[in-house]
Amino acid sequence: MHNFKENAIKYFFMANGMLSIIILLGIFYLLLSRSLPALQNVGLTNFFAPGYWNPTAYTTPQYSILNLIKGTFMVGAGSLIFAVPLGVACATYLAEVAGAREREVLKPIIEILAGIPSVVLGFFGLVVVAPVIAELFGLNSGINALNGSILVGIMALPTIVSLAEDAISAVPQSYRHASLALGATKWQTILRITLPAALSGIIAASMLGMGRAVGETMTVLMATGNALAKPSSFFDSVRTLSANIAIEMGEVPVGSVHYHSLFFVGFVLFMITFIINLLADVIFQRYREEI
Amino acid sequence: MKILNPDLKKTNTEQVHRNWTQTAAFLCLRLSLIVVFLILMVILYDITKKGIGVISWLFLTEAPRTGMTEGGIFPAIVGTFYVTLIATLVAVPLGIITAIYLNEYALQGRLNRLIRISLRNMAGVPSIVFGLFGVALFVQRMGFRPSLLAAGMTLGLLTLPVTVTAAEEALKAVPKSYREGGLALGATKWQMVKSLVLPPAVPGMLTGVILGLSRAAGETAPILFTGAAFFLPYLPDSPFSQFMALPYHLFILATQHHDISGVRPLAYGTAFVLLVLVFMLNLSAVLLRYRYRKQIKQF
Repeated sequence: MHNFKENAIKYFFMANGMLSIIILLGIFYLLLSRSLPALQNVGLTNFFAPGYWNPTAYTTPQYSILNLIKGTFMVGAGSLIFAVPLGVACATYLAEVAGAREREVLKPIIEILAGIPSVVLGFFGLVVVAPVIAELFGLNSGINALNGSILVGIMALPTIVSLAEDAISAVPQSYRHASLALGATKWQTILRITLPAALSGIIAASMLGMGRAVGETMTVLMATGNALAKPSSFFDSVRTLSANIAIEMGEVPVGSVHYHSLFFVGFVLFMITFIINLLADVIFQRYREEI
Repeated sequence: MKILNPDLKKTNTEQVHRNWTQTAAFLCLRLSLIVVFLILMVILYDITKKGIGVISWLFLTEAPRTGMTEGGIFPAIVGTFYVTLIATLVAVPLGIITAIYLNEYALQGRLNRLIRISLRNMAGVPSIVFGLFGVALFVQRMGFRPSLLAAGMTLGLLTLPVTVTAAEEALKAVPKSYREGGLALGATKWQMVKSLVLPPAVPGMLTGVILGLSRAAGETAPILFTGAAFFLPYLPDSPFSQFMALPYHLFILATQHHDISGVRPLAYGTAFVLLVLVFMLNLSAVLLRYRYRKQIKQF
């Protein structure tokens, strides 16, 4: 009797533990099955053909998501251009230079930043950053890819800092000691020994930051302007995959081709972030094992 | 004194040069943290300065009036409270049981690794994708329609990885000797977990619960289509009613309202309330963790 109870509890826990796998598979399955009608009606190639996203056009609706993908990666890459150097610099300082007490004061800064809801950051971008950008570059409106990049960069920063700090701290002390014993300064040790040793971990941290940036919704929705035209520079208004879903899902008739193609957009977004995150995860775990 | 080694002088200048480089480099690193600090301060300062003046007793306790250009945000506060509560009811039991399985029961095998990879990956799924998932599963397949329940369950799944990670950390902090002592006295595994491992881990788990709460309270994208309403003059009266929520209300006031510049102060007020709410939750988690760490050290 006792044994039975123990085993029941064990298997109950195990079933529960597998929930995360089930949810991930469930997301994959539901998004794919909901986008099948769109794939049948529009055709996979038309989603990736040159053109525009305009499912509500009166004559010939267009379903190309190329501009959306381009917008997504512009904002993602733009945010990393400043978030990675800044984040890695912060992480290096926290892991290698700051004393224990200093770190205890500094780390909450990163944690508070991570706690700001994305909608608040989007609002800040809309009312504060955008006018500054417009004035600096003499534009009519500062609501563009640059604005989105800056805000999404702020959003991705805490992820990059905390993971890069993990990676740098994981470098064995013996590496540093050997370098210092050979007469290198602390800075030379950081630059030539510690950081190169932690490189793959830092790359993984940046990729996870990229994953966050690509999937971010509210901030880009409010800060980038969401135009459907093909973006040619960072001063153009862009629409990302995530923002596209957020804008149109609420108004689309349930069951229409448009409705199902929004699920396909979601599926593409899910796959992009899934691949980035999985790659980053593999790199990170391998790095951990090596070190 | 005669210098025996002519290189010595050179080494000295090199030494000075190296030290100087190091000082400059460390300064740059420190500067980068100062930049981040300034960014944070500018955001907090701007929202506080323009938001705090809007806050009044009426703003917090009244419903929006005359096309949301006047009145308060009470229904949004209540809605956020309810939806976060449901999210917690979903995420906490599931998260804690998953953590117990991973830390106490699972063998270090392939299944364990697969679960961990899925959890980490789940944390990276875009919130809007969770929203679509919620629409497909809770709103349609389970027939909840857009409601508190559908939105709360979506948010609950979204915060699951946070809860699991924190709960596992709390379990890991319980010394091994507790478990060995229990087993040596003849307790079964479940008896050991239930009466020896869980009690000291509770405060740590609570930290995770609060962190999950604050994440759920601030999320907007997952509730866009699963139950959040543009405007409701009344409070939700059942888990199946739609609701107003603070983050969604801010989004509406900032971008969707017919008189955007007119309602800007209200938007700032809403942003301020949302920030204060999230920070209070985070702060209590940090304080709890701090006290708890001290306690664990005494073991």
